[in-house]
Amino acid sequence: MCLAVPGKILDRQDMLATIEVGGVTRKVSVMLLPEVQVGDFVLIHAGFAVQVIDEEEAEKTLALFKELEQYADHDK
Amino acid sequence: MQTMTNEEVKRAADFFTKEIAKLADGKSLRLMEVCGTHTVAIFKAGIRQLLPENIELVSGPGCPVCVTPNEYLDTAIAYSRKSDVIITTFGDMLKVPGSSSSLAIEKAQGADIRIVYSSLEALEIAENHPDKKVIFLAVGFETTAPTAAAAILMADEAKLTNFYVLSAHKLVPPALRALLTAGDSHVDGFLLPGHVSAIIGLEPYEFLSKEYNIPAVIAGFEPLDILQSVYILLQQIRYKAAKLENQYSRIVPERGNLAACNVLSQVYQEADAVWRGIGEIPKSGLVIRKKYQAFDARLNIPIVVEETKEAKGCQCGNVLRGLLLPTDCLLFGKACRPEHPIGSCMVSVEGTCAAWYKYGAGRWQV
Ligand code: SF4
Repeated sequence: MCLAVPGKILDRQDMLATIEVGGVTRKVSVMLLPEVQVGDFVLIHAGFAVQVIDEEEAEKTLALFKELEQYADHDK
Repeated sequence: MQTMTNEEVKRAADFFTKEIAKLADGKSLRLMEVCGTHTVAIFKAGIRQLLPENIELVSGPGCPVCVTPNEYLDTAIAYSRKSDVIITTFGDMLKVPGSSSSLAIEKAQGADIRIVYSSLEALEIAENHPDKKVIFLAVGFETTAPTAAAAILMADEAKLTNFYVLSAHKLVPPALRALLTAGDSHVDGFLLPGHVSAIIGLEPYEFLSKEYNIPAVIAGFEPLDILQSVYILLQQIRYKAAKLENQYSRIVPERGNLAACNVLSQVYQEADAVWRGIGEIPKSGLVIRKKYQAFDARLNIPIVVEETKEAKGCQCGNVLRGLLLPTDCLLFGKACRPEHPIGSCMVSVEGTCAAWYKYGAGRWQV
């Protein structure tokens, strides 16, 4: 029930935004995330955008995983 | 955004599992994943099979449907029997057994019960049916509660007089405190719920390390997120440095979502709440503030509710506290199955018993 999915904001009118989630567009409320802008990636839960996805942090996590992946390689 | 190939993921997973085994050094450890979404993710990725035998992952009280007590369901069922009421609810609630019925049974018998994906749909139904009282079953933790609060603010602005909320919202940190105070769950570290944290931020969990000296990490939901989080906990345990860490920084900023928290506290205030199988936990629930009490179903629509009965033999309460595994319950997989659930833990897809039933082929069965 607490499932949340990432989506990209395509358009915004006041507190209603059009969001793309996995190729499908949907309307969600941005009342809980009033500062978001078109182009932002957000986390959507129960019809509301609830958090912005921090792309920089996402890249950092990914970079770390990739680095470890190389360690695992040397281990063998 | 960049991604990783399956092969890369496998190798990174390999790194984590090897390091985890080294850090654990044969010691038996119990880590609790608090959130039902984690329970399902752990099963789907086969994380238990990857971890060394001595590291046990136990599920906690983090499935909102599971912890909702019978009394709440009985109240919703009683409301659904009124001819001037439309019940709007998330789908997971339908099959949850109350004392003697369920919403699914009532619906089959003609009650007007509608599944919604969001509180906004419930609002829409209220707007379209001015002659009916529309009650939204507001269940969920800190991630979901602000969405119900937002609907109340919108109903207030639209001057709707036929929209009501039956709140069973629950708060995660007080439940963790209750588990630790009771002391019988014997948890060596917590994997904290990522999406709850996206709203409340880090501060509400600080007491875990400061007062209880227990390792904790806010975890994401991808297989590598979970493995890295277990690795982080193991490092803390090994070096006896209990602290709160945030593995899910791409979604969880330190301060959470202030706008959502504001909406939440505008509408709701904390109150003691009953958790199924655990009992009353101080300040662990949310009730609607006086200013918005015109939207509180309990205060505005009088109802007589049957006396609560608990399902005989159901161990949900002990499962939710991490004291028993679903497979320890004599009814598991026999009298109690997803198509015929006896307890709430077998209903929601995120319920511990349902997850074990659906995905439970692994080490414990060999
Ligand atoms: S298997 Fe069914 S009866 Fe047993 S604890 Fe789980 S929900 Fe309750």
